[in-house]
Amino acid sequence: MLAYIIRRLFYAIPILIGVNLLTFTLFFVVNSPEDMAVSQLGQKYVTPAAIQAWKQKNGYDLPLFFNAAAAGSGVVTDTIFFSKSLRLFAFDFGRSESGRDITSDVSTRMWPSLAVALPTFLIGIWVNICVALLVVMFHATRLDRWTVLVFVALMSISYLFYIIGGQFLVAKTWKLVPISGFHIEGQVWKFLILPVLVGVVAGIGSGARWYRTLFLEEANQDYVRTARAKGASELRVLFRHILPNALIPILTGVVVIIPSLFMGGLLIESFLGIPGLGSYMLDAINAQDFAIVRSMVFIGSILYIVGLILTDISYTWADPRLRLD
Amino acid sequence: MKPLLLWSDMLIYLLVLALCLFFLRLRSDPQIRDHWRQVFSTRLGMVTFTVILVYVGIALLDSLHFRKALDPVAGSPRGEIFYDNTVTSVLDVMLGGMGERFERTYSAPFALKSFEKQDMKDDNGAAFRDFPLLEHAGRHLAQPEDRGSDILTKSARALLWGLLAAAVVVGLQWYLLRSSSLPWYASWMTQAVVICLGVWLVSISRYYHVLGTDLGGADVAFQSIKGVRTGVLLGTLATLIMLPIAVTLGVMAGYFKGWVDDVVQYLYTTLSSIPGILLIAASVLLFQVYIDLHPDFFAVGLQKADARFIALCFILGVTSWSSLCRLIRAETLKISQLGYVQAAHAFGVSHTRILLRHILPNLVHIILITLVLDFSGLVLAEAVLSYIGVGIDPTMGSWGNMINGARSELSREPVVWWTLSGAFFFMFVLVLAANLFSDLVRDAFDPRTGIRRSAT
Amino acid sequence: MTVNQTKFYMTSVHRCVRSLLIPLLLTAAACGEPPWNDPHPPSPDGLVTYQSVMSPAPPKHLDPALSYASDESLLIMQLYEPPLDYHFLKRPYELIPGALASLPQVSYLDAQRQEVDEGSASVAFTRYTLRLRDDLHYQPHPAFALDDAGQPRYLFGNADEGTRYRQIPDFPHTGDRPVYANDYAYAIKRLADPLNASPMLGFMSQYIVGMKAFSERIATLPRDAWLNLDDYPMEGLAILDERTLSITITGRYPQFVFWLAMPFFSPIAPEVDRFYHNPGFAGRNLTLDWWPVGSGPFMMVKNDPNSEIVLQRNPNYRKAFFPDEGAPGDHEAGYLEDAGKPIPFVDRAVYRLEKSGLSLWTKFLQGYYDRSGEVHSNTTGVFDQAFVVRADGVEMSPEMLGRDITMSPDVQPGVYYYGFNMRDPVVGGYTEDRRKLRQALQIAFLTEEYLNVFYKGNGIAAHSPIPPGIPGYLSGEAGMNPSVYDWVDGAARRKSIDYARQLLVEAGYPNGRDARTGEPLKIFIDVQSQAIGSTSMNWIDRVFADIGVQVEFRPADFNRTREKLLTGNTQIFSHGWLADYPDPENFLFLLYGPESPLVCACDGANNSNYASEEYDELFRKMRVMRPGPERDELVARMVELYQRDAVWLYAFFPKEIFLNNSWVHNNKRHGISKATLRYTRVDAAERERKQKLWNQPITWPLFVTAIVLISVVLPGIIAYRRRQNATARDPQR
Repeated sequence: MLAYIIRRLFYAIPILIGVNLLTFTLFFVVNSPEDMAVSQLGQKYVTPAAIQAWKQKNGYDLPLFFNAAAAGSGVVTDTIFFSKSLRLFAFDFGRSESGRDITSDVSTRMWPSLAVALPTFLIGIWVNICVALLVVMFHATRLDRWTVLVFVALMSISYLFYIIGGQFLVAKTWKLVPISGFHIEGQVWKFLILPVLVGVVAGIGSGARWYRTLFLEEANQDYVRTARAKGASELRVLFRHILPNALIPILTGVVVIIPSLFMGGLLIESFLGIPGLGSYMLDAINAQDFAIVRSMVFIGSILYIVGLILTDISYTWADPRLRLD
Repeated sequence: MKPLLLWSDMLIYLLVLALCLFFLRLRSDPQIRDHWRQVFSTRLGMVTFTVILVYVGIALLDSLHFRKALDPVAGSPRGEIFYDNTVTSVLDVMLGGMGERFERTYSAPFALKSFEKQDMKDDNGAAFRDFPLLEHAGRHLAQPEDRGSDILTKSARALLWGLLAAAVVVGLQWYLLRSSSLPWYASWMTQAVVICLGVWLVSISRYYHVLGTDLGGADVAFQSIKGVRTGVLLGTLATLIMLPIAVTLGVMAGYFKGWVDDVVQYLYTTLSSIPGILLIAASVLLFQVYIDLHPDFFAVGLQKADARFIALCFILGVTSWSSLCRLIRAETLKISQLGYVQAAHAFGVSHTRILLRHILPNLVHIILITLVLDFSGLVLAEAVLSYIGVGIDPTMGSWGNMINGARSELSREPVVWWTLSGAFFFMFVLVLAANLFSDLVRDAFDPRTGIRRSAT
Repeated sequence: MTVNQTKFYMTSVHRCVRSLLIPLLLTAAACGEPPWNDPHPPSPDGLVTYQSVMSPAPPKHLDPALSYASDESLLIMQLYEPPLDYHFLKRPYELIPGALASLPQVSYLDAQRQEVDEGSASVAFTRYTLRLRDDLHYQPHPAFALDDAGQPRYLFGNADEGTRYRQIPDFPHTGDRPVYANDYAYAIKRLADPLNASPMLGFMSQYIVGMKAFSERIATLPRDAWLNLDDYPMEGLAILDERTLSITITGRYPQFVFWLAMPFFSPIAPEVDRFYHNPGFAGRNLTLDWWPVGSGPFMMVKNDPNSEIVLQRNPNYRKAFFPDEGAPGDHEAGYLEDAGKPIPFVDRAVYRLEKSGLSLWTKFLQGYYDRSGEVHSNTTGVFDQAFVVRADGVEMSPEMLGRDITMSPDVQPGVYYYGFNMRDPVVGGYTEDRRKLRQALQIAFLTEEYLNVFYKGNGIAAHSPIPPGIPGYLSGEAGMNPSVYDWVDGAARRKSIDYARQLLVEAGYPNGRDARTGEPLKIFIDVQSQAIGSTSMNWIDRVFADIGVQVEFRPADFNRTREKLLTGNTQIFSHGWLADYPDPENFLFLLYGPESPLVCACDGANNSNYASEEYDELFRKMRVMRPGPERDELVARMVELYQRDAVWLYAFFPKEIFLNNSWVHNNKRHGISKATLRYTRVDAAERERKQKLWNQPITWPLFVTAIVLISVVLPGIIAYRRRQNATARDPQR
């Protein structure tokens, strides 16, 4: 197991290099270091000398990928790409283009993201399973068909409408919770109600529908039929046979997103003013702050890869016949 | 009049053509025909398919663009004809100038007066302040109180015409399809409803703004309808563009294995590990820069917007490419282990032949299901991207841009609800129909592969 | 089925149902104080807090040498005190001594540095002598903390020593000291330090004697740690005594005094600079850019740009009082109620990050923000329901009036405009037909209507580049642009569209078609993509369609638009200018020939590339003149040239309307200075009362939701139970 994980982590290195290369290429086709300097230096009295000084200070005065002027290995190492990427692999994210330390920003902004995403995730799964179980009990009745239709209708509504609607009704009209914001002092939970509510409600459509399918699929398995034949009641079948078995695909399916919970939700965070990593990334895109974008892509990729590894591990846990080697 | 073929127009007609040919070919396969029969033997299948066809039809009509000729100038030496800079589509003409009736600013649905007060002067030249009458709504009324009855009579008349038109269309189909065992009547009912609605909308919008007007005074109903093309095209073109790449790479990886497999796997793992939104934002900005730097390539502004639209389709395709590629690779791996493929190898049949004859046909259902399943997701994604500012060009009508622009209107007092509602309604109906239809398609085709997972 | 199994099932379902309701019950149970939707954490006891926002983004720089944005000055100006200040109430804007004991003494020198008469032709230098007040004192700060030996307490040899300090409040010891003249000199030297990349470096080196040489000298030095700039003299700076400083500039530049009221010239203590150069500090955001140290009325106690910045009263702030006199009308408006009282009034100010205008507006209406904004008044979108701007003033909506909300209108000393590129082959040029073409376009662009629709009337159509409140602005007929307007019935009226069509004919474009080829006239407008919506583009399309002219927009991002302006590769462009100081020179230089980016090959301000010898000559003369009627005459002539040549398609002066909740006092807006927090007074008891009154939650939806949930689940359970019982009995039948 350990050997497997270590090997997978080594496999991650070329992927991370590829990710970095792609980020660099995409970013620098659009922006030149001059552009970055100009957007950081403001709108008035921007002199070429100031631009040069900025580039030097922030390490953008080197060639991008290939330094023909350097000698020996400097051809590759004395470049923006090499100097900036290498530090990422050492988890040194450096400072954003506006001068703030990225590591400290990421570590403070991670918690609000997690505070919203984790409850949404857990409550979401739990509500979906509850709803799906209720529906499965009425399988093949009219109620079941209508509920499925409602699920599909719920998932046909754009996420934007859930947020806009939730904010408008719950916060603005009914004044039940603050309309936006987040802070640790005082009552944190009151800022979490709205985003978690919106996240859970928006996810019911697709989530409950998927779980329903899973439960039904299990219900058609031979062992279920055997259990029924042996005289087990519907309930016993449902809770003792179907639910535990259906939980396996549910768990292995959701494991991949657990690490990405740290990244938070882009939309919900920016609509509701939650200072998490999702809105951090969105702001960085808008401000074209390359240092932040680069670091966030790197973190995102690592979390994704960790998610994949966790998924594999969870498969072996769920199905002992599988071996990781 | 000079026809103008945008790239997206070209692509969508190409796609429609390809789909038609594809289905014609598939008809020869009895198994696949059975699958389709299963889809259409339900009323739900008929209704949703009709709704989707209506949207596609609107999109296709809106994809026939032309530029109006300007009146020749007296004394112009060469008698050369010049064309208007604004691009019109056949749909615009069919809607009877619905998009050309501008007001000053907001007005509520069926309102006679503007939503905002304005300084005016009465006949004696004294200044006063009131809600001004709308330019293009209710001008024919003698008394404002007549509005209710006027709307009713006009609607009744329009519905009558609509029913007549529906009777003709449905009657024709009934004559042709009367021996069919499929539940056509469900489709006919839908058609009748749609036709009645269409006739009613076009005729009544000459007298009122059915969904009101927005900040700049443009008709909201018209904008919502213009959003149809963007939604439908994005939903289909993005998949179309990524399809060749995903299929080629996926099949190659699954069939040749070895280093090819490694490379392809590396590619899609790398791509899918980058947060999608970021990839999209960067690529759209990149294309925007390209467009800005080459203004000469585009004769009219719409072509620029269109280029960005194509770019967006492309990049959405690329980001959703990896999941399809993974599925195809897995399926190819499985198929190539089957006896008849092994046998073909043993007989020395060439790789190309094996791929074309034995493997590709067995992947069709995956491709089809992906196409249908991704559609609604892409339509929804457009709205989100426009919110972030990397979506459709603002000059091109889209629901995402409408939502984005109308976001703050809910905080007004009284609430301006109609722009959001217009976008919501048109988007919801399309996505709902697509989702329901894709469920049916999946139920019919899914041979218990792992595809269900990608649906959620 | 057995009883046990039924129970098992029932409890699970119950568990499901009950847990669905728990969040709702939790909400319902939490009905204490303060209101449920209060977004603020509880404020420290006994301190009056001013609740404000940073919107839509946190400040990027708080280093006075770097910062050049109004949302940054909003904070910086509360923390630092530059030599000069603006009078809070008087209009037109008046400079007053801030940190100085009196206004600077000005003397004129010839090339040999001998004092000469002001009018003398041999004036080569101007010297400003600044005498500081003697009660200036820095805020308490660890940089000033001394140990028992009298040495700086927090000076570290390596990065490891200081790792436990992550924020300034983490340092247990603080100290303070008076402000000396040298601190002002040190700040100017920091402007010249190329490593700081100050936007002032290029501009100020033209004026301050020796700044350029100083900068070049510094650039050659090795920089691995803190460099004490005190060790390097700058020719134009002289410390006369502990509290007196002189600055010598080249030639005459009467506007220099205005710069002395800007944050760039705030004092920086060398020890503070040294403190922030401790090894490892920059990696933890412990820099002057994030933790300002000044002598202003407030000091920063918390800096989390991700959510909030908190200022607190500086206990060492000098003696200061609310002004005794104001502009006419201020007494009636209640701005002088606090006259003569010591300032600042509030103890604390919290600037919370609020990205969306919608939340900001809602929280303002709920009473959680004291004002509707600080820097950007959000004239479009959500705010427009609150008031309507009419020709005869601003009308508040009844809802706002019912809440006793007050309003602070303010015309910013700035101008937004669409300029023609005067070098463009189609619309540029100085021949009569080109002028007529431009005038026709000017007339067709219904500026007033545009402002009404898209800015809710929050703007004044500009007749000249000089906004109201700036010397040289003329109102009434005298200030009217005669090529676009007629004076009718005591008001300027835009010339008719027919006249515009006529002008087009004379310009060679009858009905918008080139008279020679018949080709339709198409104009290209370069805009920044975020700055314009499709609705306004459509609107502009329609007004020009009225005279038969077709419009093509070329939206691009900031960098691309800037590039186009720098290379002159544009036809019509959008631009805006916010004044640095209240002087016509700061606006008229937007049309000064040598300022054209194509001429100076720099980031020039004359993006129209307007070139008129007469104008340039007048500008050079006007620039060095003292204010007075003679100068006004030159300004008037320059405006006339601008109007004749029709250089800008349209222009308007943005009007800002800020709303204040009834418990905030002294709300007069200052168009230039942001150092106004110290005058703000907040009635905290009134605020608390109103907040409770306005934020009664509506709870019926909670009960409705609970009932709906129960009514969905309960019949289900009953139905299932019945069905279950039926199944259970089946085999027995």
